[in-house]
Amino acid sequence: MSTGEKLLQALIVVAIFFAVVTLILTLTSRVRSRAGELIQSMAFVLPAVGLVGVGLLYPAINSINLSLKDKYSTKYVGFDNYKTIFTDADLLRVLGNTALWVVVTPIVATLIGLIYAVLTDHARFERTAKAIIFLPMAISLVGASLIWKFVYDDRIGLLNAFTDTVGLGRHHWLINSPWNNIWLIVILIWVQAGFAMTVLSASIKAIPTDIIEAAKLDGVGGLKMFRFITVPSIRPTLIVVLTTITITTLKAFDIVRQTTGGNYKTSVLSYEYYRQSFQSANWGLGSALAVLIFVLVLPVVIYNIRQMRKLEAR
Amino acid sequence: MRVGKIRRGAATVAALASAALVVAGCGSSDDENGTAGGTSPGEGKAECAQLTSYGDLTGREVHVYTGIVEPEDKAQKDSYKLFTECTGATVNYEGSKDFEAQVVVRARGGNAPDIAYVPQPGLLKTLVQTKAVKPAPQAVADNVDKWFGEDWKSYGTVDGTFYAAPLGANVKSFVWYSPKMFKANGWTVPTTWADLIKLSDEAAAKGIKPWCAGFESGEATGWPGTDWLEDMVLRTAGPDVYTKWLNHEIPFNDPQIATALDRAGSILKNPKYVNGGIGDVKSIATTAFQEGGLPILDGKCAFHRQASFYAANWPEGTKVTADGDVFAFYLPGDDASSKPVLGGGEFVAAFNDKPETQAFQTFLSSDTWANEKAKATPDGGWVSANKGLDVNNLTSPIDKLSASILQDPNAVFRFDASDLMPAEVGSGSFWKQMVNWITGQDTKTTLDEIEKSWPTS
Amino acid sequence: MTVTPIAQVPVAEKLTAPAAAKKTLTSPWASLAAFVIAVFWTVPTAGLLISSFRPEHDVKTTGWWHIFTHPSFTFENYRTVFSGTGETGLFPFIVNSIAITVPAVIIPIFLATMAAYAFAWMRFPGKDLLFIMIFALQIVPIQVTLVPLLNLYVKLGLQGQDAPAGGFYSLWLSHTMFALPLAIFLLHNFMREIPGELIESARMDGATHVQIFLRVIFPLMMPAMAAFGILQFLWVWNDLLVALVFGGFKIYPINAQLAALAGTRGSDWHLLASGAFVSLIIPLIVFLSLQRFFVRGLLAGSVKG
Repeated sequence: MSTGEKLLQALIVVAIFFAVVTLILTLTSRVRSRAGELIQSMAFVLPAVGLVGVGLLYPAINSINLSLKDKYSTKYVGFDNYKTIFTDADLLRVLGNTALWVVVTPIVATLIGLIYAVLTDHARFERTAKAIIFLPMAISLVGASLIWKFVYDDRIGLLNAFTDTVGLGRHHWLINSPWNNIWLIVILIWVQAGFAMTVLSASIKAIPTDIIEAAKLDGVGGLKMFRFITVPSIRPTLIVVLTTITITTLKAFDIVRQTTGGNYKTSVLSYEYYRQSFQSANWGLGSALAVLIFVLVLPVVIYNIRQMRKLEAR
Repeated sequence: MRVGKIRRGAATVAALASAALVVAGCGSSDDENGTAGGTSPGEGKAECAQLTSYGDLTGREVHVYTGIVEPEDKAQKDSYKLFTECTGATVNYEGSKDFEAQVVVRARGGNAPDIAYVPQPGLLKTLVQTKAVKPAPQAVADNVDKWFGEDWKSYGTVDGTFYAAPLGANVKSFVWYSPKMFKANGWTVPTTWADLIKLSDEAAAKGIKPWCAGFESGEATGWPGTDWLEDMVLRTAGPDVYTKWLNHEIPFNDPQIATALDRAGSILKNPKYVNGGIGDVKSIATTAFQEGGLPILDGKCAFHRQASFYAANWPEGTKVTADGDVFAFYLPGDDASSKPVLGGGEFVAAFNDKPETQAFQTFLSSDTWANEKAKATPDGGWVSANKGLDVNNLTSPIDKLSASILQDPNAVFRFDASDLMPAEVGSGSFWKQMVNWITGQDTKTTLDEIEKSWPTS
Repeated sequence: MTVTPIAQVPVAEKLTAPAAAKKTLTSPWASLAAFVIAVFWTVPTAGLLISSFRPEHDVKTTGWWHIFTHPSFTFENYRTVFSGTGETGLFPFIVNSIAITVPAVIIPIFLATMAAYAFAWMRFPGKDLLFIMIFALQIVPIQVTLVPLLNLYVKLGLQGQDAPAGGFYSLWLSHTMFALPLAIFLLHNFMREIPGELIESARMDGATHVQIFLRVIFPLMMPAMAAFGILQFLWVWNDLLVALVFGGFKIYPINAQLAALAGTRGSDWHLLASGAFVSLIIPLIVFLSLQRFFVRGLLAGSVKG
């Protein structure tokens, strides 16, 4: 295909998409019977639900099934794969590392994003200042890992040059456990803080002025204002940001893959899934690790749903 | 389901919309008996003799998927010209750095290419288990019987069925060095282990760390370590123990293997010996294998044990000859009389039996292709175990040296053990534990851990 | 109650809470903190940018800051990146990236907005359960879906070079599927901020849901859709995994091509550095030029607590 044809194909698919959607919406909106609302709502949600069902739900169920089978997916072995995860020393460490990632990344990234959003709000170079923090979001994780190689590298890394100059000596940052986990987490924080900052900044700007006026009259200011007015006002947004980053963290495998390859006790669940399934061809164990990722996010999902219910109730 | 229909409908409409743009694909359907019929474009030409029976393949494409990417891919593509002349079919070459993982996904997902170049017999086994790989056709088997040793055929065989013919090969038992440095110090190439250690001590006495190494290789980090151990097993325990070891007839943590690993450690874990021009012992783990030998060029390191393909990693303009900037010698054993050689290679697996696929398999397994490839590789870095390969067609001195070692009847060749072991070990615990070993873990724990990971079934 | 479109929530100029907070925080410490964060976020990228202009040997042996003491610039890395990718250069791969990204951004966002509307303002059985399920499916790691989806595409004839549109369909579909849960979740948050009275009164006037969606909701949601569109654009543009598995080599995006460029085992840092910047340029332009809409879109959905 030539260049023009490829772009033409892209336009054709968009045109077809809108033609089909228009057709469905027009046809269903004609139905005026009692079932009308039901049929119309189906026209609105079913395309998305169907795609999600095929693309995510079915593979998820498939994984659960595979996780109960042996490595060649030929016979059922019950919960053996899960037993392995919770007894094997290396895999237990993977679980521990994952816990560290999931606790540290969302909290620190959100905190930095929030502080930076407050500090630069209405500052002189606000837009530039914000673009700087957002920039890492525009870089692929492969690119980000490369950027940080130039920081952590033994010989040509910035960090060693720095610690050497200030008299702390040179270190193998990526080898020495358990600190190496923190250095890897820093990379993801560096990427995600921009997302947190941008969303939170928008939310902060929308805090109604009357609330602030009232607080001012009561003599609230400074840190107290931040603690008692700003943070509570943007609480729902904070939850959304924390949730999104938590889920991203659990799924991110590129950073570990590109920097340490899971060596030096740095592997996490998502990377271990990839390694067991695609490298060691152990689909049973790999799928069990993936299922564990779903299970770990469940509390986050449940918490969010309860929050949504609470808001709805008001 | 509604959605499915819409989507499929959309695809159909798009297909119609683009029908005029789509180039006519393969049309004929008379593919019985592995031939496309018609008269082959190569009819009458001697070099095409093996390929004419597949008929006229004009307009057909063979999709090749491999891990061989830039810059080595150019020589591969160039060597297929004769195939196109002979059959009319073209070769679509796709190289990916993520080949090893992706090919498994594609095979399992039912989207396999026509042909894949599999760099490890262990991976071939994994692919065969997906039931996607087709056994090699008779013409290929005949070629392999004629041009390759029996051992090479066995690496492409899984459970008694022959699937994949060998493609390229490499010699791993090499030590890279600087001929200039040797000359300046009055050294000669060592032919025994004792000589090699004597030179190392001499260099260390002068204040340079004589050995340099790098184990880092992305997801495959640690593999250079497995090569080290394998070379030492061949030298301290011998080829027979080596074979028993890789087949798990003796445990992975057998005392003989511990001796071999300690031998490797006498160099790699000796702070007086490593890591020349780079750092301390631990820096071996984080140094990219491609960069492990580069300090030789700066005179900061004397020896770098690495395979023949390392030739491609020297910067442009480096003279790789016996009197140039760098060259390699055979890694000696305790005495000069026995000559075990560690090596590796790729194998051609096919995922269907279309005539163009089989024609290409036949072509690649022939002596004709081996010589075509040699001629298409002016910069060197490629050899084959194909006995029909004329050493004179190889251009670079290091390739000639490799080929002469591969064809030497006195040399005892052994294939890279980690490539033959089950995937959990060969591309799993073996790599990981060698990384742990070089970063401080003791020999016993290392071997015990690998033994523990050996699959029971 | 009169209805103000929330897209126009006025930005208080004088008295925002953080501004007040800052006033007391405005000590040099606060500025210093902001400055330190900004430096910390820029320096690593600057290192990569500088490395991309340094000769191979320098990149591999000395830190990038040595350029200030031993200046040595070269465009060689960029030349290699542009010319060293076979006969064609990089241009076709940039085109592939565009052809993949445009539908993979527009389609999921539109679908997600429709679904978010239904979840927020329509009544149908099983609504809550469906919504929770979609939200929960965000957690499925993409790697898990690769093999089952590939099987499906092969069966539907969407995979490979003979597939319609050269195999782009499997990429468009995959990106759409993977984007929907988060898109629906976020857009639903924005959607709920639209005052219910707006929809109620329109219903009273006899407007159909389709009419409300297209005439009332759609314009109000435009900024939020644009905001999510930017995020989705960045994800699709920077994706490697989906492209490697579902994309044939003739439709590889620039990211996949650059990854292959870095040599067999990938330690050509100098080429990777320049390659990373080449693939960064377009997303950067897109973000900087749309930054305004981005913030406005997020503002539209800002939560009132």
